[in-house]
Amino acid sequence: MAEPVDITTKGGTPDLQAEPMLINIGPSHPATHATLRFQAKLDGETILDLVPEFGYLHRGFEKESEASTWTQVVPYTDRLNYVSPLMNNVGYAMAVEKLCGIEITERCKYVRVIISELSRIIDHMVCVGTNMVDLGALTNFWYFWKPREEVYFLIEELCGQRLTTSYTRIGGAMADLPEGWTDRVLAVCRGVIPECIADVNALLTKNRIFIERTMGVGPITAKDAIALGFTGPCLRAAGVPLDLRKDEPYLVYDRFDFDVPVGEAGDTCDRYMVRMEEMRQSLRIIEQAIAKLPGGPINIDDPRFILPEKAQVYGNIEALMNHFKFIMEGVKVPAGEVYSATEAANGELGFYIVSRGGGGPYKIKVRPPCFPLFQGIPHLVKGQMIADLIATLGSVNIIAGELDR
Amino acid sequence: MSVVLDRLRERFPADVVSTHSDFGDDTALVRRERVVEILAFLRDDPELLFDFAMDLTGVDYLGEEPRFEVVYHLYSLEKKRRVRIKVRLHEDDPVIDTAVPVWPGINWYEREAWDMYGIVFRGHPNLKRILMYEAFEGHPLRKDYPKAKRQPTIGPEE
Amino acid sequence: MAVRLEKDGASGYALTTLESLIAWGRKYSLYPFTFATACCGIEVMGAFGTHYDLSRFGAEVVRFSPRQADVLLVAGTINYKMAPVLKRIYDQMLEPKWVISMGACACTGGFYNNYTVLQGIDKIIPVDVYIPGCPPNPEGIIDAVVRIQKIIETGAPRAADRWPIK
Repeated sequence: MAEPVDITTKGGTPDLQAEPMLINIGPSHPATHATLRFQAKLDGETILDLVPEFGYLHRGFEKESEASTWTQVVPYTDRLNYVSPLMNNVGYAMAVEKLCGIEITERCKYVRVIISELSRIIDHMVCVGTNMVDLGALTNFWYFWKPREEVYFLIEELCGQRLTTSYTRIGGAMADLPEGWTDRVLAVCRGVIPECIADVNALLTKNRIFIERTMGVGPITAKDAIALGFTGPCLRAAGVPLDLRKDEPYLVYDRFDFDVPVGEAGDTCDRYMVRMEEMRQSLRIIEQAIAKLPGGPINIDDPRFILPEKAQVYGNIEALMNHFKFIMEGVKVPAGEVYSATEAANGELGFYIVSRGGGGPYKIKVRPPCFPLFQGIPHLVKGQMIADLIATLGSVNIIAGELDR
Repeated sequence: MSVVLDRLRERFPADVVSTHSDFGDDTALVRRERVVEILAFLRDDPELLFDFAMDLTGVDYLGEEPRFEVVYHLYSLEKKRRVRIKVRLHEDDPVIDTAVPVWPGINWYEREAWDMYGIVFRGHPNLKRILMYEAFEGHPLRKDYPKAKRQPTIGPEE
Repeated sequence: MAVRLEKDGASGYALTTLESLIAWGRKYSLYPFTFATACCGIEVMGAFGTHYDLSRFGAEVVRFSPRQADVLLVAGTINYKMAPVLKRIYDQMLEPKWVISMGACACTGGFYNNYTVLQGIDKIIPVDVYIPGCPPNPEGIIDAVVRIQKIIETGAPRAADRWPIK
């Protein structure tokens, strides 16, 4: 029988060299949602240091918007956070309306609330679904995609497109709600969505494997989260109750009764719980908004911002000239600068707009909610293992379209 | 008048160049020499408590002198207020002190302003390109960089 | 597929060519590599979802390693920073391979005509099927997969054979 081999040299120090290993994760990697890259310094499986890199989806949103008219920027905003595009449209339209100093109609405000909350629901579904795929729980992804398709049918009815909606305009929206749309929204919000949330809840929340993989993974304290600039569900999971819908109410959010879930430990499990609860609260808001939806026009009655009616355009020359000027030169927005923030699904989505008068913007800076979140990832996972990095990255919900613009 | 702008003017009378509150946003244009002190004061003063650095960006006012402007957007969690601080920089000397010691979260915003506009942040721990690839030359968001000017990229062999 | 059925006794037999048999096996078991960068990636997920089920057409096994994949499905904008990565992934795939370019950005750069976006992936890799749309419906992806299957079935020359750069 052979003797067991002694791997330590005679002298005591082991023969096995142990130095930190530098590996590259991404940018073409299934778990990094394609386009994110990390350079990790590892000791075995433990992460000693992590340098994130992005910019693989930088599409020049700001440069393109400087060469467009105000309305032409709206399709570019869809593609920022492409899992909840209606919220970006609403955020941009609100910023320009703040600069113009116009007040939109009541009906438009309620409609914007309804579409924002629907978008929030579908965004959280993508986040939780893909996070679970990375952890190996593929079923939740398929379960969440069914209500997403139902909501996509509703959005397609509303504005003709499933994903890149371009729905809002300055002073209103592209078109009013179709006949019976609100009944169909209620049917989906009372039927498929709560059933699906309940299904996924039953599969995950008390599941031992899920809890072991997510509790204590990627924690952050409230103080660090504030210093790093976190906003949105990640900040609320850390215990800070900041939600712009309650703290700086915009549109008509102050008329609705809803709660803001706040976590404690700021780890992956808390982020998941905050998102699931936010989906339920969004359903409450949609119910209340549809119940109180007023009638009336969806666009304001102001010829400086709204395209004239088609009958008028074909009928008299002033309307035709007005229409022509709007399309060719753009809406005339006064000079000045403004910063307007809304509570997007991922956090505070800010638009800083500089205008020099004229038909197009001078500069638009988007403050993406994922930017500080991605910056904080090394802070969240230092000292933990690679598998924890994957779990944390999914729960932080980095959307590259928004991060890179 | 606004509480924030009054406190700021009271404490730094020589450095605040101008203020306005157009469209409801409190804005102060300050000199760059003591900007880090001003930002730290905004963060720590018990009346103001601006603990969130929400955004930092650069603006290129081509044709005006000074050409560049660095804009900070801050938010106070407790007081629920916002303020905008602007600093103008000359074209041939676009250097300003880094605000990373005040809020660590502003690190990448400064890198982006360097990448896109060429504004140098003195004392920044890692001032490298963040959105464009390393071999890119120039600063694309400057007004004199043509929109569709493309540069050769590196291939996979290199 | 060229098949001739012969009657001989109770069961009979089928005559075919080896190429047809291999093409039949290949086309119904495509392994896609989804290089999804942007918004089109969400519609790809929709295509693999339960409503527009792509596994009906055999292309359900999504492989995240280029060595194990057949079809490169490029979905989303490719910019100059990502272009070397895409080329390397394409080079790492084994023959025979096909490329589907999905969405306006991958086909021609979309409405982003600026310093950072590659105006179409066919500038760096050969493309077999283009899907227009921004983003295309998941039904468009199904259409593209069926066209790839037709290319395989008929043995038509692939885009890589016409590609000038070797």
